[in-house]
Order: sequence, then C-alpha cells, then structure tokens
Amino acid sequence: MSNLITGAEMVVRALQDQGVDSIFGYPGGAVLPIYDALFHQNQIVHVLVRHEQGAAHAAEGYARSSGKVGVVLVTSGPGATNAVTGLTDALMDSIPLVCITGQVPTHLIGSDAFQECDTVGITRHCTKHNYLVRSIEDLPRVLHEAFYVAQTGRPGPVVIDIPKDIQFALGDYFGPHKIEHKTYKPRLDGDAEKIEHAVTMMLAARRPVFYTGGGVVNSGPEASRLLREFVELTGFPITSTLMGLGSYPASGDKWLGMLGMHGTFEANNAMHDCDLMIAVGSRFDDRITGRLDAFSPGSKKIHIDIDPSSINKNVKIDLGIIGDCAHVLRQMLDAYRARKSAPDEAALTRWWQEIDKWRARKSLSFKQSGAVIKPQYAVQRLYELTKNRDAYITTEVGQHQMWAAQHYHFEEPNRWMTSGGLGTMGYGLPAAIGAQIAHPGALVVDIAGEASILMNIQELSTAIQFRLPVKIFILNNEYMGMVRQWQELLHGGRLSQSYSEALPDFVKLAEAYGAQGIRCSDPASLDGAIIEMIESPRTVVFDCIVDKTENCLPMIPSGKAHNEMLMPDEDDIEAVIDAAGKMLV
Amino acid sequence: MNAVTAPPSAPLSPYSSAIGKSNIETHTLSVLVDNEPGVLARVVGLFSGRGYNIESLTVAEVVQAEHLSRITIVTTGTPVAIEQIGHQLERLVPIHKVTDLTLRGDSVERELAMIKVAGRGQDREEALRLADAFRARVVDASIESFVFELTGAAAKINQFVELMRPIGLVEVSRTGVAAIARGPQAM
Repeated sequence: MSNLITGAEMVVRALQDQGVDSIFGYPGGAVLPIYDALFHQNQIVHVLVRHEQGAAHAAEGYARSSGKVGVVLVTSGPGATNAVTGLTDALMDSIPLVCITGQVPTHLIGSDAFQECDTVGITRHCTKHNYLVRSIEDLPRVLHEAFYVAQTGRPGPVVIDIPKDIQFALGDYFGPHKIEHKTYKPRLDGDAEKIEHAVTMMLAARRPVFYTGGGVVNSGPEASRLLREFVELTGFPITSTLMGLGSYPASGDKWLGMLGMHGTFEANNAMHDCDLMIAVGSRFDDRITGRLDAFSPGSKKIHIDIDPSSINKNVKIDLGIIGDCAHVLRQMLDAYRARKSAPDEAALTRWWQEIDKWRARKSLSFKQSGAVIKPQYAVQRLYELTKNRDAYITTEVGQHQMWAAQHYHFEEPNRWMTSGGLGTMGYGLPAAIGAQIAHPGALVVDIAGEASILMNIQELSTAIQFRLPVKIFILNNEYMGMVRQWQELLHGGRLSQSYSEALPDFVKLAEAYGAQGIRCSDPASLDGAIIEMIESPRTVVFDCIVDKTENCLPMIPSGKAHNEMLMPDEDDIEAVIDAAGKMLV
Repeated sequence: MNAVTAPPSAPLSPYSSAIGKSNIETHTLSVLVDNEPGVLARVVGLFSGRGYNIESLTVAEVVQAEHLSRITIVTTGTPVAIEQIGHQLERLVPIHKVTDLTLRGDSVERELAMIKVAGRGQDREEALRLADAFRARVVDASIESFVFELTGAAAKINQFVELMRPIGLVEVSRTGVAAIARGPQAM
C-alpha cells in the first residue's frame, strides 16, 4: 500500500499515461489541488486561456487538427457553466474532448455552496457522457474510461466532475491498460452482406454521387486515403459537407465542391438528380437537405455511419451500413475490386456531361472591380498566397465562414476547423490557438468577421502569452452579415440590431494586446498586406475592410429544394421565400 | 423549438414533412441499464430533449449482484420515430440493451394499481361485487372506504377505474407497465 497518491496526482498521472501533451484551462478554488499537481511536473503544458469557453474551443481546435483528444481543465460553478457552449459545440461536431471540472467537496454538494452548480446535471445533454466521481477508488477507472468514451465510436465530449475532497484523498492508481468498458463497444466493421449489396447498387448506378461528411475526418487520415482511392476507382463525382472538407482534395477532378445551403450549383444539382447517393460519415443535416420532401427524390441511398441513430433520422435510407468509415471503405473497396466489373461507362459519361453543364454555371463567381475589396476576393487571395504553406484554417460563424468554405480550397483533412453543427460565433480564435499548439510551426489563420471575433477577443491575450503566431483575418463589413442577409431575405430589409455599432479600432486593439495590427481596404494593396501578415513571426490581427453590402450566394433559400438555388446573378432575392420557409432557421 | 412548445395549429415544418406523421403507434421498450446515479435522468432527459413521448415508465433493480436495472417505457410515435428512440437510447453509455417488445411480438404486460373508493350502504356492496369480478383484493377498509389492489393489463385497470368513478372513486395510484417477452429467451 505504499503507492498511494492523491486524487489530484492521479489526474495528472492519467493525463500523462494517456499521452496528453497540452491542456487548456483556467484555475479556481475547486481545482487548486490539480493545479498544484501540474506545478510539480513538466510533461504537460497548461495553456492558460482567458475564458473557459475559449478553453473548450481551443481543445476542439487542438483535437480536430491533430486527431487526438482535447483536454480542458476548469473550476466548479462558473468555470463549468462557461465551458458549456464549447462542450455543446464538440457534441454537435463529434469532437473528442475530456473536460475535467472541479466540484465543491462531497459533503457540500447540494447545499448551494460557493461556486457550486450541478455540473453533471447541466452537462448531461451537452456531453456524450459525464461522471461525478464520488470516491477515490473510482477515479483512475473514470479517468481512463473518459478517454476511451471520448474517442471511441462517434467521438464527443466527456465531463469528469471531481469534488475537491476527492482531489485530496489518497488512493491506488492504475494505468490505462486495464480499461475495457462493459457496455460501450461500438461496431467498427460493416456487415459483409450489406457491403456486397452496396457494391451491387454501385455497379448498377447510372448517376451516382458520393456525399461525405465530418465522419471521414473523424475516422482518421486512413479513411480519407481510402475515400480518394474509391473515388478514383469508381470515377464517381464527390461532394462534401462543411465538416468534411479536405477529406477529398479540392483540386481533384471528381470534386464538385461543398453542398448544402451555400454549396455549389453542381453539387446540389447532382444530389437532386442522382440515382444513387453514397453517404459516408455525413448526417443529412437540415443545412444539407433543404426541403426534405423534395430531397433527392429519385435516388437510392446508401448511408455509412458509426452511429446507428444517424441512419433514417431525417431521410429514409435504402441501405444503412453501421461501422467506422475507414473500415467500411476498405471493405467496400475490396468487394468492389473482387467483382471485376464496372458501372455502365456510357451512362457515367452522360452524367459527367450533365455535371459539366452545371459546373459551367460557375456558381461561386463574383466580380472584383472598383476600389472596394469583395470579401470573396479577400478569401481567394488569402488562399492563393497561402496554399503552398499547408495552412490550418479556422473560422467564426456567419458569411465569412461560408465564403471561407467556398473560396479556400482544402487538399488534406484536419486543416479546416469550423463550428458546423452548433454555429458558435467566437469559435475561431480559440480554435486557432488550439491548432497552433498542436502544430507549432504551421501557419494558422482564423478567418473571422468583425462581430464574431469580438465574442472571444480576450483570447488574443492567450496567443500573446504563449507566443502563438496565429493570424486573425477579419472580413470587416460592419454588419453581422448573415443576420443582415436573412433580414433582407425574410424581414423586408429591416436591419434590426445587425449593424456592428461602435466597433473598436482593430489595429489599435491588436497593439494594445501586444499583437501586430494590419489594415487594408484597397484591392490593389491586398496581396502585399496578406504577405506581410503571413511572413510576420507575431500574432497578427488583419482588419480587411470589405464591401458592406455583399451577400453570400449561391443559396438554397429556406424551405426550398436543391434544384431551386438562388444564384449570384439573380436579383429577385426577397420574393423567393414563402411563409413556410420563413418559419425555418 | 420542439413539439412541446409549438402551438398545436402550427404548420408542419417543410424540413420534417418527408417522414409521415400520421401512423402513430404505441410500443413498449425494455431497457437494461447500469443502476448508477443519474441513469434515469439520462433516459428521461433524452425523451424530453428530443420531444419523444413517455406514456408510462417503470424502473427497478433486477440483477442485484451486477447492479442492473430494467426500465420499461411505453412510448408513442411513428415507426421511424420509435426506431430512432431505440437507437438514441443505445447511444447512452450506461445502457446495456434496448429491446422493442412490441416489435418482437408476443409479450406479457402487467400493471399494478391501488384504487381508493369511498361510499356507504349500497355503494359499498356494489364496489365489492365489481372488485370480485375483476379479482381485485381489498388491502384496506374503513367504515366509509376501501383500497383495492388490482393487477392486470392497463386496459383492465382503466375499465375498473371507470366503473368505480360513479360509486365514489377518490384516487388512484398506478405502477406503470412492467413487461416481458413470452418464451424461453431473455430480452
């Protein structure tokens, strides 16, 4: 019994044994013992954020860009409640996080003690699983189990709430090798019979399309590699959701661009007119499907997902295959090759000819002319000037996010961090900090809007403290642009509260924090300013003054189908949404 | 935000119109869970958070050595929604197994109720006669009241309660449905 250590020491030992190199957190009364244990070691770097929401998003950026589990450490009460938005964000986008929260001592739980809140109650709905540790004997098991649950199956956030007396208590520690969970054992391999059936459907297809999502990225680089191989082998076109960008390279000739509400004309029309849809790690979200009763009416649908509840949730599926994307793609590739036959080549050629007609519509086109920078042009120039640097891009939420998705092109997975499901403004800067911690030498750019960036601007201080040269590229149009766009579409152009009043001077703000500020409003000097930003070794805030009135198009207006897109060269925006569409978000 | 807050006359969202809403069915689910703090809150919270219905819910530990509890839930919804409920339940980490007894076929469903009836004279005799016909037991009696204990299918209990109402029904306490599949196999 000589190996007794405290609960706080167990937390640090478990993090070390799980291979954690960096954690994101903020100290407070109920986690002081853990902070003291961290003080006595050098293996784990603690990144001190300025707000606990920032810690959660930074851990998401770290996790999404590295494929590892992101770790958050916060105190009880407000520490835990501030982390809730980040936990919800991670749940919606299936990001593996372990969030350790301090709790008041067990004998005070339920007494409305100082900085007490019902953390497991509050986070029950925004975590994949959570634990309140009531005895020191449970702590080592719970710590390792949390890592297992966070990264196994469909990844997600896990909260471990540890009362302060448990952090001080002495107990026996054991390592991660003993963990085998008694109930949670997700299935990785797909059902062999269904895989054969899927291959038969693919060989009979005349107008097929791959529709892939964030699950391919979550599955790991091997899934992206297999997906590329499969697309090349079949010659089928491929489109991806916002969360799936990068798993198939944007330079690939089978690439149709992103689909969905702000997807390309060719991707959405291919989805609408296809006769076989092969959904891989995507979840038929409402941003993707548009009007459900008009969604891809003539197609058979194959859906590969690790989460059985994703299948048949929103859209009726003809063949659901439960398993990990990489495992199932490998099985399908093997089965496809073994058949030694091919789909009707003439039909596929005709399908591509149809797609080429949609492509010729050039739905992402815009005109850069005059003395004002178009936001699309700013993203396009950023892409052209950074594309050879293997950059990591994060975003906030809004028009700039969609322009980034449309005009920044990704060749590899794990390079694109954005809040897809929850749509959290304020995600991008802390996520960029997390990505930079995971990839110290890399170029990390947060493409931001002037409204979103102010939601977690305090994290600039974190970037300065840790000498993180993240670049914050603000498309400043002085509006909450997406809110304004919807007010123009749905509310008679009455711009209620969507003007960014009383903005700070972002250059001075950058300097006040100790960062470098750059402002550019002239299209002719944009390239030079962007080069100055990417060559700077410092944290940079780039205030890019863009066209104040530009709207994000193309767009599937709410309540409309994939083949009813609103195009950039059509003016009649306000007339297209009916009363039912107006009800939607 | 969800069906609970939307006014009943609100038009169906075009986003949700692809899956029909007309064929509402009632299903009984058996759910085997780790009997740990918060597990019932997870299950109930899943139903309220996703707008599913709970008609009845019972829970008790059934395997003491392994701390396993069995939850029986009667729910209503379209077949697609009920399939979704099963999958959503399976996602919860402390859940061992979910079985849709209604889909599986023949199962036995029983409920226990205690029914308090007050009255004098003729009414007391009538209450006792009916109780006898329903094989309800008298578990408490006073000069002007009875408490009957009745076990059976929910419909039988409903019928008994309705018969007691004009006689002098005071209050009813019901356990909710416990259910098990017929035949040799476990759930």
